[in-house]
Amino acid sequence: MTDESTNPMREAIETAISENPVILFMKGTPNQPACGFSARTVAILQSLGAPFAAVDILPDPRIRQELSTLSNWPTIPQLFVNGELVGGCDIVTEMYQSGELQHALGLENAPAAETEPEPELAQRPLSIENRL
Amino acid sequence: MSAAADFVSPEELKDRIEAGIPGASAAVTGDGHHFNAIITAPAFRGMSRIAQHRMVYDVFGAELGGRIHALSIQTQPGE
Repeated sequence: MTDESTNPMREAIETAISENPVILFMKGTPNQPACGFSARTVAILQSLGAPFAAVDILPDPRIRQELSTLSNWPTIPQLFVNGELVGGCDIVTEMYQSGELQHALGLENAPAAETEPEPELAQRPLSIENRL
Repeated sequence: MSAAADFVSPEELKDRIEAGIPGASAAVTGDGHHFNAIITAPAFRGMSRIAQHRMVYDVFGAELGGRIHALSIQTQPGE
């Protein structure tokens, strides 16, 4: 029996996006990013002191597959704010440098983008694959 | 499969972006795997950054993350 209307992975991703005002889908974890683009995006969020949830897409290839189908965005990382896709590393970097990211995150008083952000310790990532 | 067939040149990406997006001019650098593209196109005017980047991603489709390992994009509508 197959039920094509049921897609637990898709639903877990949608739930994670709706439950977390700022959520980053990345390769690796905030403490151990597995890709330079994910590392850079994490470092920017941390430099702003922005609380964010993180999902490592590497443990199960279906996470990335369903996420990209859902978001219509082919690459990782992907940052969502208030349920909307903000973009990947390039857009996050541009918005950080212009101050738009601080605005989007409601952090108008956050430090300006003068120096390269340094990675810091972060919270444990959400584990989508463990919710299924 | 030969290495030559797999090799991606910045020139190829530039040509395909310019062919795929009306009026675009692209400056592409890269090492065969990681690329950086700065793209100016009047077609971007009035579009969100997300939409602009999707337009570029759509030129390459499934090649992104595969044959084209990583592509950094900056888009601008131009004057």
